Amino acid sequence: MASTLAPRPAPAATTEKELRAGRRPLLNRLLSRPELGSLIGAVAVFAVFFALAPTFRQGDSFATVLYAASVVGIMAVGVALLMIGGEFDLSAGVAVVTAALTAGMAGYYLNLNVWAAAGISLLVALAIGFANGAILVRTKLPSFLVTLSMFLMLQGLNIAVTKLVTGSVSGPNISDMDGYESARAVFASSVPVPVLGGVRITVIWWLVFVAAATWVLMRTRVGNWIFAVGGNAESARAVGVPVTRVKIGLFMTVGFFAWFSGMHLLTASGRQQSGEGVGMELLYIMAAVVGGCLLTGGFGSVIGAAIGAFIYGMTTMGIVYAGWDNNWVMFFVGAMLLLAVVVNAWVRRQASKR
Amino acid sequence: MNRTPKLSAYLAAASVLALAAAACSSGGGAQQEDAGGNAEAGDLTIAMITHEVPGDTFWDRIRAGAEDSAANHGITLDYNSDPSASEQATLVRTAIDKGVDGIAVTLAKPDELKGAVQEAEDAGIPVVAFNSGIEEWQDMGVTEYFGTDEALAGEAFGERLNEAGAEKALCVIQEQGHVALETRCSSLDEAFDGDSETLYVDGSSMPDVKSSITSKLQSDKDIDHVVTLGGPFAMAALDAVSDAGSDAKVATFDLNKEVVASIEDGTIEWAVDQQPYLQGYMSVEGLWLLNANGNDIGGGTEPVLTGPSFVDSDNVGQVAEFAEKGTR
Repeated sequence: MASTLAPRPAPAATTEKELRAGRRPLLNRLLSRPELGSLIGAVAVFAVFFALAPTFRQGDSFATVLYAASVVGIMAVGVALLMIGGEFDLSAGVAVVTAALTAGMAGYYLNLNVWAAAGISLLVALAIGFANGAILVRTKLPSFLVTLSMFLMLQGLNIAVTKLVTGSVSGPNISDMDGYESARAVFASSVPVPVLGGVRITVIWWLVFVAAATWVLMRTRVGNWIFAVGGNAESARAVGVPVTRVKIGLFMTVGFFAWFSGMHLLTASGRQQSGEGVGMELLYIMAAVVGGCLLTGGFGSVIGAAIGAFIYGMTTMGIVYAGWDNNWVMFFVGAMLLLAVVVNAWVRRQASKR
Repeated sequence: MNRTPKLSAYLAAASVLALAAAACSSGGGAQQEDAGGNAEAGDLTIAMITHEVPGDTFWDRIRAGAEDSAANHGITLDYNSDPSASEQATLVRTAIDKGVDGIAVTLAKPDELKGAVQEAEDAGIPVVAFNSGIEEWQDMGVTEYFGTDEALAGEAFGERLNEAGAEKALCVIQEQGHVALETRCSSLDEAFDGDSETLYVDGSSMPDVKSSITSKLQSDKDIDHVVTLGGPFAMAALDAVSDAGSDAKVATFDLNKEVVASIEDGTIEWAVDQQPYLQGYMSVEGLWLLNANGNDIGGGTEPVLTGPSFVDSDNVGQVAEFAEKGTR
């Protein structure tokens, strides 16, 4: 596990290397970045669709691509942080729907302002994250098992509770309730941007979240803790890192982003279906892995995860713009993932050789 | 720099892979362009966007109808689908980006699609709805609707069960959260004099469908009719009935080749067909007529019903040859 810590550009390691090698060549520095593989992939995918699909070249199409990327990308921010901290969250996809359903039902049946309902939903989403983290820490079971259980339970709860409360499998429509318009402005509006036309606000939030998470990861003590916990939890504990709090905090961070994504889904239409979200968790993980996050933790980047989500958006939408049969979409997403992990693994080997 | 050649070798391999991937699928694109390029005057591109759950034969018929109509008029048909409502809305937006001449969309989850349909109308692209959304299409400014009234179909099914002397029916829903499927079962329940119970199964996994029905039949011996909401699920129900050693009869919504064969040999009692081929065909036809001659099928206010059409031992002979071709 020590080797996974090495590629992190910690200031001390850099000086040591600089002393040894005299200077650090640009290629070397580039190769040690987790994002490199995904960046190459993004350029390749962009070039392919730019060449083959005329619609792909339009500004408004690019805005649609960015939107598709942001929906996965916002969750991938939390999932990437969690993976760098050494854990998975398989419940992330359905937790988004849980958050949306909670806000919808709380608002409608308790006759609350949409913002108050959003507050209740946030508490529920954070509680789900806390439960994941607390069970993990208490039982010492792998996060795969803990969050798989949570995933299945939430999937059942989403449908069962919705049916129990509303008598139907879709949540209530809250689009005429107080606070809906302002919530919609925050979570699901469109912002005019030159060249691209109307860009959905989730794209802006996505960029903000990526910047904030990157700052936390690279420039703060908490960021160091996350890398340390993911690299080797026992050594981290030995040097005084609050491992339990970091892990629970990371799961709650995923909960926060699930809440945000859920509020987007809800305010985009005013209603949430209860059976959705299944399978999305793997797309978030895919984005993080394509972006260079290691499944074993301790290495990765949020910017990489953003590029991973961008590749996903370009691939799914590009196939539509190119007019290819959309039965192939998942095949290409899978091929992209395979290519990315192979390139990432190779790049890491090169970096550690130097 | 002895490693650089290796790096470029990897990059070359990666780009070859990317090119190969691009090459093999652009075949589909080229074929579609052959059918009628966008640039030629008078040629139309129509986008069809559905909530298809991959792997259900029902959608093959919708697509077959749409493709036949498109071929008749030299229309380029862009078919895309996603079961998630928000993804389906995004697909509608991609069609707007492409500047298609018409959009045919299924409104299984109308609220989620409202915004995207509005954007299409704002962009001056005519939209027709089909298959689902009979309650909502007019409010959304859609001009035509081709499909079945699920409540009507459910009631007709319930009355048919009464005629058959059924006492306890099991209504099997293959997709949790699908409003139209829920309507079928609840309307069936209203019109049916006996007891009816709903069973949810995972439609994307046939073994799960089969074992869920089997265990339900084993635990409840009173069930005398199993009602499925799609052709492939009726076949799974037949297996389940024999596995469970039950003597329940099977009847279903929607047709496919196997269901028709089973009606012929008497193992399936009847099927209610909503004629998906017709839904696909009429949607493209409707958009074509709107474009070519300004016609509104249904007069712009009334839905065009494609069902319920009962298929049983009396009329299965007429249907069989078309089912064999995969169009009914």
